[in-house]
Amino acid sequence: MKQIFGILITLIVLYIFTTVIGESFLSPFNQEQILKRTALYGLLAIGVSFVIITGGIDLSIGSVVCLVGCGIPWLVMKHGWSPAAAVTAAFLVAIMIGLLHGFLITKVKLQPFVVTLCGLLIYRGATRGFAEDQTQGFGSGYLEFRKLATGKLQITDQFGIPMPFLLLVVVGVFAWLLLNKTIWGRYLFALGNNEEAARLSGINTDRMVTLSYVICSVLAALGGLLFVLDGNSAQPGAFGNFYELYAIAAAVLGGCSLRGGSGTVLGVIIGAAVMQVLKNMINLIDWLKSHMEFLVVGVVLLVAVVADELVKRRVRRVK
Amino acid sequence: MLSARGVTKRFPGVVALKGVDLKVARGEVVSLIGENGAGKSTLMKILAGVQKPDEGEITMDGRRLDVSSVAAAQAEGVSLIHQELNLAENLSVAANLFLGREPNRFGFMDQKTIRLEARKYLTKVGLEIDPETPLSQLSLGKQQLVEIAKALSTRAKVIIMDEPTSSLSHGEVETLFEVVRDLKEQGVSVIYVSHRLAEVMTVSDRVVVFRDGEKVGELGVGEATHEAMVRLMVGRDVSQLYQRTEHELGEPALSVKGLRTEANPDHEINLQVRAGEVVGIAGLVGAGRSEMLEAIFGMTPPLAGKVQGVLPKSPREAMSLGLAFVPEDRKKKGLILDLTVEENTSLASLKMDARGPFLNREKEKRLCREMTKALAIKTPGPWQKARFLSGGNQQKIVLAKWLALSPTVLLLDEPTRGVDIGSKEEIYQLMEKFASEGMAVLFVSSELDEIMGMADRVLVMREGRLTGELGRSDFSEEAIMNLATQS
Repeated sequence: MKQIFGILITLIVLYIFTTVIGESFLSPFNQEQILKRTALYGLLAIGVSFVIITGGIDLSIGSVVCLVGCGIPWLVMKHGWSPAAAVTAAFLVAIMIGLLHGFLITKVKLQPFVVTLCGLLIYRGATRGFAEDQTQGFGSGYLEFRKLATGKLQITDQFGIPMPFLLLVVVGVFAWLLLNKTIWGRYLFALGNNEEAARLSGINTDRMVTLSYVICSVLAALGGLLFVLDGNSAQPGAFGNFYELYAIAAAVLGGCSLRGGSGTVLGVIIGAAVMQVLKNMINLIDWLKSHMEFLVVGVVLLVAVVADELVKRRVRRVK
Repeated sequence: MLSARGVTKRFPGVVALKGVDLKVARGEVVSLIGENGAGKSTLMKILAGVQKPDEGEITMDGRRLDVSSVAAAQAEGVSLIHQELNLAENLSVAANLFLGREPNRFGFMDQKTIRLEARKYLTKVGLEIDPETPLSQLSLGKQQLVEIAKALSTRAKVIIMDEPTSSLSHGEVETLFEVVRDLKEQGVSVIYVSHRLAEVMTVSDRVVVFRDGEKVGELGVGEATHEAMVRLMVGRDVSQLYQRTEHELGEPALSVKGLRTEANPDHEINLQVRAGEVVGIAGLVGAGRSEMLEAIFGMTPPLAGKVQGVLPKSPREAMSLGLAFVPEDRKKKGLILDLTVEENTSLASLKMDARGPFLNREKEKRLCREMTKALAIKTPGPWQKARFLSGGNQQKIVLAKWLALSPTVLLLDEPTRGVDIGSKEEIYQLMEKFASEGMAVLFVSSELDEIMGMADRVLVMREGRLTGELGRSDFSEEAIMNLATQS
């Protein structure tokens, strides 16, 4: 609770502020959109937070989103695969990617930044190759399949909870259980704080680090699937661009330290929500153009980490 | 000449120095001694400008000294020679001497002056070598002398030496002492910090003893006997500190055969420790003692050799053989500082106690409660982060973590380093208790008192190999140091 207090207050303040400046903000449609986008980015952010907790980083998320987001419609539309087969293949590829990252980082001892930077280039390049740089989508078909992202659980006539948000809740609960109730979660925090001491305590640190990269890639694949089902259009050169940075930003806002060893699932989800409300706020303020979004997100992120650092220093001094 | 008055330094949770006074006359050699954490190194660092005091003042000939930084202290004539030398190995001796203050002309190095000056200062410390020799070609003892020459070249009036002999051979120690005597005659004062009491007796004019951040006594040349120094350092007779009981030794519980480590691939190590036996490993810093323990525990897997019949490839494997290891650097290797006392205590046994993949919180809590009580760990609660505990209590958590696995062999690397005297006594009592319960204990220590006080048998290492073995009746500082330094 203590860890997410700051970000929760930020979300509430932003939410109230945006409500006051724009009446359309509270419309059911807009709220649904915010929930959905929070969910989509939140899934990526939960994934990357596992990696960040171990003290690593994954820059390949956006490219995995692209690979899966373009690959599934490509397999289904061009090669006639069933959606189930295409989705299974996509997740298998994501698992392989995670295992590969883990292997290169733990056994070949490469730096996570370098490994996943190469991944960022390779997966996008490969996607542009097999998709021949053509935009992929499901056209007007596969509406049932697309319900996975476009469907919603109707609460009132006008408002329903989008399917991706329900998925986020399920994934969030599993992630929370994994991090807080299992030995693996404890191992992740332990090795994120001090890998050498964790290894000396008999923890198979290599296996745990690899696990975190697999989780990250699999959630990136899930995000990619939902993004393309929702938007129905994936352009290999642009789809998922910078998504890893949104995910990392949400994780950091939510209390993950890039030094490793700390982070909470709820904090990360709230971090993702803050980013979406911010985006919405930018649209509602006239003099802030939407192409200035990065400026605002960057400033908010900077303020958040500076504030966090100052609070920590004060706490240390009191102790 | 140099005088410190009422120096106080607080660190989070501890007062490292409580209003300490120290006076050093011109050409005097003053030794500072005390247990780890007694405050001697803090005082030394304050005098050399490495740390700032919270209170107190430092004067030289009645004039207040500016020791706000290392450079300022050096300009005032106070130089510190660190235990781990601060030299650039790849540069020449001359380049090291004038690093950062090279004589120059319009930014170009004045090589001629550098060489002449270098030779002058090297002669002062009795080094007849070419200033252009790369430093890495010199032995550690000679590098030490280069450090002293460097201090002299800054016109140091006071040179502080921190454990200068910890990695020197016998002959090199003699040379160092001659240089110290020369310095005295040149009117340079020396503050000498060491654990080696025999050396302290030889070299100093006066011995100042610290305990728990306070100056507890001063001894002149005649008074500084071994017993007198130890009594002041420890605050009681040593015989009370090391309490061993006689008990039957069992079968060999640890057997190491043909062990070759990465650090010393050319020497095979063979040793055995019997159940209930406490074996100490002595040797100089760099003799390969830690490397040996780390290899036995699979932390740095050995190149070859068998521990309990197998080659340990990871700590996990060593643990399954009944081994436990308390490393030298508990903050980097022993503990996870930002996890709680409870989480640290249960870390090694977590898997054993888990229900499937799920944590067993009740068992975890019970384990922490039991261990906190059994080892008398002082913590405000199980939720406290290990970071905020004192050195002694941190060390006990590392022990608790292993005890939860009921190991048959306990390896300890410098078990009492940086631990206050009270905790030290408790750790010795625990070692004795574990042995009497049938555990085999193998420990590395650089403190000869500790080795001789606790061990049933001492193995001495030098340059990566075991050079000797002494039974309790043959223990003496001389015998151990001979085995550790003979060549």
